[in-house]
Amino acid sequence: MEIKELENIAAQVRRDIVRMVHACQSGHPGGSLGCTDYLVALYFEVMKRKEGFDMDGAGEDLFFLSNGHISPVFYSVLARAGYFDKSEMSTFRKINSRLQGHPTTHEGLPGIRIASGSLGQGLSVAIGAALTKKLNGDNSLVFSLHGDGELQEGQIWEAAMFAPHNKVDNLISAIDVNGQQIDGPTDQVLNLGNLKAKWEAFGWDVMEMNGNDMQDVLRGLELAKSKAHKAKPIMILMQTNMGHGVDFMTGSHKWHGVAPNDEQLEAALAQLNSTLEDY
Amino acid sequence: MKKYTYTDKKDTRSGFGAGLLELGRTNPNVVALCADLVGSLKMGDFIKENPERFFQIGIAEANMMGIAAGMTIGGKIPYTGTFANFSTGRVYDQIRQSIAYSDKNVKICASHAGLTLGEDGATHQILEDIGLMKMLPGMTVINPCDYNQTKAATIAIADHHGPVYLRFGRPVVPIFTPADQKFEIGKAWMVNEGTDVSIFATGHLVWEAIQAGERLAEMGISAEIINIHTIKPLDEEAVLKSVAKTRCVVSAEEHNRLGGLGDSIAQVLVKHDPVPQEYVAVDDSFGESGPPAELMTKYGLDADNIVQAAQKAIQRKG
Repeated sequence: MEIKELENIAAQVRRDIVRMVHACQSGHPGGSLGCTDYLVALYFEVMKRKEGFDMDGAGEDLFFLSNGHISPVFYSVLARAGYFDKSEMSTFRKINSRLQGHPTTHEGLPGIRIASGSLGQGLSVAIGAALTKKLNGDNSLVFSLHGDGELQEGQIWEAAMFAPHNKVDNLISAIDVNGQQIDGPTDQVLNLGNLKAKWEAFGWDVMEMNGNDMQDVLRGLELAKSKAHKAKPIMILMQTNMGHGVDFMTGSHKWHGVAPNDEQLEAALAQLNSTLEDY
Repeated sequence: MKKYTYTDKKDTRSGFGAGLLELGRTNPNVVALCADLVGSLKMGDFIKENPERFFQIGIAEANMMGIAAGMTIGGKIPYTGTFANFSTGRVYDQIRQSIAYSDKNVKICASHAGLTLGEDGATHQILEDIGLMKMLPGMTVINPCDYNQTKAATIAIADHHGPVYLRFGRPVVPIFTPADQKFEIGKAWMVNEGTDVSIFATGHLVWEAIQAGERLAEMGISAEIINIHTIKPLDEEAVLKSVAKTRCVVSAEEHNRLGGLGDSIAQVLVKHDPVPQEYVAVDDSFGESGPPAELMTKYGLDADNIVQAAQKAIQRKG
């Protein structure tokens, strides 16, 4: 797919995000907007995907979202990629919906393979899925995404230690390094320090990319794929701006978990082209 | 009254090890994970025959539960192994979100449950695990009574799709159930029929209940003894059928009286057929170091306590 096409999809996904969060007056727009380019690239260009959805995902690449609060971007990308009808986005966070506040398998929504929301668990799950692929002789890859604030959870570092020791080299993880968390900038809440040095010290093949530049996202993900199956798990430190694409939401933790009001929605949508049809 | 004797005693954890070994030979999807307690969990024989299907996680139980959840995606059936405390309380949120809520086919296999872990003391003697696990929607909770039953349960849960908590222990206990038994999840096991009191026991307490039954018989009391190896889903029909005859109940478990088997039975009685019930369980306290048998006596879990509870329950019938 041309870069322009991917950027167009990303613009539509960003519209979906702010509209979903506005409609139920809850949810997490900031991180969702920041990770839009990565998820669009993954689902529309990078991942090898089968038609339809089955839980086992044999022979196709898998994606696990660990920072489940950015469910709006996940749901929009899944719907736009054809896992379910885009009209279902109007049910986000409402009663009797498959689009729960945080992603879940419980409601049978196609595209979701694990519940996430309680932080720090997704890397372990992704490692498990990657191990099963190896046991099954399945050469496809496992991708996972994590928040940077999430790295404050201890389980992440248990998983960080396990994957290189066991040569889980069919795993491409990414961290959304936006430097923000609920209570403020990460370096004030609990400084993460030198992430590159930390992950390298644990034995990962660490690379960096700009998560809000589609060209660099594609470059980064393709480079990551070329590093797979070489005895090391791969970690992408992805620099993003929280709220990217909507100027007044950009770069601040204030939009971590706040919904726009009617005027703010209008102002946001004015900055995002409807390239596909709105849901 | 059926007389139970035994020729051999073994720890129930060895029954788990034997069951896992057999699964290794019969079910290619079974994989085993352990958090640095391979010897304690008796996983060595499985590992020897299936090194590629064993995953040493290290002392990182949260990671183990997450990896197990992930491994089900693609069709594996992970058996996790560590002590009961580290299989439940330590990793409750991981089990809750990544396994139970996500409906993952993980078998959480927990050794050294309860007081009979012995000398290591209360840090390791979890008495709340049945309660923690049975509160999770969709979780099956099993606590078999001897070596043979633990082996049979270990094998049976591979054919049940969904998360399972399998609880067993460290001490050497009599083997009194048949080696060739077929384990049926959720189906109570009639140990001895009786008419005066129903004793519902689980795990190691089933043998204590059998001994209590013999003493009660000497006093002219006919005790019905039922082995509730599956605490969830509870065999309500078996409970109610027995109570309809005996009109009073003793529940016996190596667990806190809050949240265990006793409470599950009480709930059934309250709803359908309220009759007196006496609990043989730990009275809302932590354990302590000591030899298993002495701890069972001190915390009120041995055959004598069951006899006394039965007498009291019968008295309360009025």
